Amino acid sequence: MDGPEEGATPIRVVLAKLGLDGHDRGLKVVARILRDAGMEVVYLGLRQTTATIVDAVEQEDADVVGISMHNAGHLTLAPLIVAALVAAGLGNVPVVIGGVVPDEDVGELEAAGVGAVIGPGTSATEVVASVRRVVDGRHG
Amino acid sequence: MAGTGEERKPAELLAAARGGQRRAVARLLTLVERGGGAAEAIAAATHPLTGAAHIVGITGAPGTGKSTLTGALTTLLAAEGRRPAVVAVDPSSPLTGGAILGDRVRMEAATGAGVFIRSMATRGHAGGLALAVPGVVRVLDACGFDPVLVETVGVGQIEVDVAAAADTAVVVVTPGWGDAIQANKAGLLEVADLFVVNKADRPGASDARRDLDLMLDLSEVSGAAAGTGADAESRPAIIETTATEGEGVQDLLRAVDAHHRALKAGPGLQARRDRRFVAEVRARLEHVLIQAADDVLVDVDSRSGATPVEAARHLADRFLDTDTPR
Ligand SMILES: Nc1nc2c(ncn2[C@@H]2O[C@H](COP(=O)(O)OP(=O)(O)O)[C@@H](O)[C@H]2O)c(=O)[nH]1
Ligand SMILES: [Mg+2]
Repeated sequence: MDGPEEGATPIRVVLAKLGLDGHDRGLKVVARILRDAGMEVVYLGLRQTTATIVDAVEQEDADVVGISMHNAGHLTLAPLIVAALVAAGLGNVPVVIGGVVPDEDVGELEAAGVGAVIGPGTSATEVVASVRRVVDGRHG
Repeated sequence: MAGTGEERKPAELLAAARGGQRRAVARLLTLVERGGGAAEAIAAATHPLTGAAHIVGITGAPGTGKSTLTGALTTLLAAEGRRPAVVAVDPSSPLTGGAILGDRVRMEAATGAGVFIRSMATRGHAGGLALAVPGVVRVLDACGFDPVLVETVGVGQIEVDVAAAADTAVVVVTPGWGDAIQANKAGLLEVADLFVVNKADRPGASDARRDLDLMLDLSEVSGAAAGTGADAESRPAIIETTATEGEGVQDLLRAVDAHHRALKAGPGLQARRDRRFVAEVRARLEHVLIQAADDVLVDVDSRSGATPVEAARHLADRFLDTDTPR
């Protein structure tokens, strides 16, 4: 295909919080970190569902989707998101999960197709690096 | 982002997009936004397929409720069986080029109703928005979306111009003195086909309406004096809404449709499309000329003894007289 002739397109990230709980302070912090790294963050905010996230990823032609979940449902919810993206023909969009994920669950999530897991203590630099890494590594 | 295995050609994407595949629509929009060869191919392919969509601009100061209103309006449109699309534009950070595009937060019901929503950042390059938005609207029009609503923050000249380039330009203000006055200063008053006083649940909505009425009276007087009455259309309606409650949104929809019908009944619609065509050509031309200027500027010698004015004249002669660079 043609290379971008008019300056490269910034990475586009859809950022959402799945489920009913909580606040979006952490999500907003991540949004600012990614913006400050030159990315375009499509911010969905709280109380999103699998359907609203998939719609946004599709319409926004996102390169990656970041989903925060804080109610320990990650082992069931994350694979659901991955499956919904695949079903919509968006299986090449990597999923990054943020939230309190026990170390022993990380492997299982990655096996389920999650590109990266970002825990509470992750530095801004690491957040940006994780997102860049999964976008660079995406497959058709 | 480039680099995925399943990269499809613009023609192939357009066929899929017109067949209803939203992923293909979204991909086309990305290519158009990026500019360059693929964007030109898409413009050529979509241009003959356009003209059916009613293009509605929604602008106003930050926080006036444009996104909430756009969400409510398009939810209603979808419920009527129409196929609305939204282009929501927000500024990029001039420092990092990044952006937080938060308009979808206020359009949740619309997403649920199947409205196609695309968030767009202004991106750094000068006039980039004036180049990208017409192309994005063209794709949506060619893919059968109607109406196409374009939300911009009405602070910068380019953003105001983008909204003003619509068939119907809606200017949103809120109760309180400042807003109507601000709208006047930002040049929003002249571009409005319709006014919305949103947040009518707050005190001062009728005052805002009165201020707008007064300002419209004044501009009618000065407009008549200046002889600009030739293409004068009917005086903009003022609609009060409470977007968060859906209050008045039905009235707004009727007013938007009525404006479109009035345009169609006369020469107005064609006049606006002609104007839009010229505006886009102008934006493209400026883009080409600025690039050409950047190319010749490397030859400028500050110690040649010429004044800046002479140097500019000399360079301008050079590329206005020779064959147009391509
Ligand atoms: N009280 C009240 N608040 C509103 C109304 N419409 C929008 N808002 C709120 O105003 C804020 C900004 O709305 P938004 O649609 O994002 O404005 P925009 O920046 O113009 O797109 C949000 O908190 C909305 O909930 C309204 O009619 N009444
Ligand atoms: Mg908005």
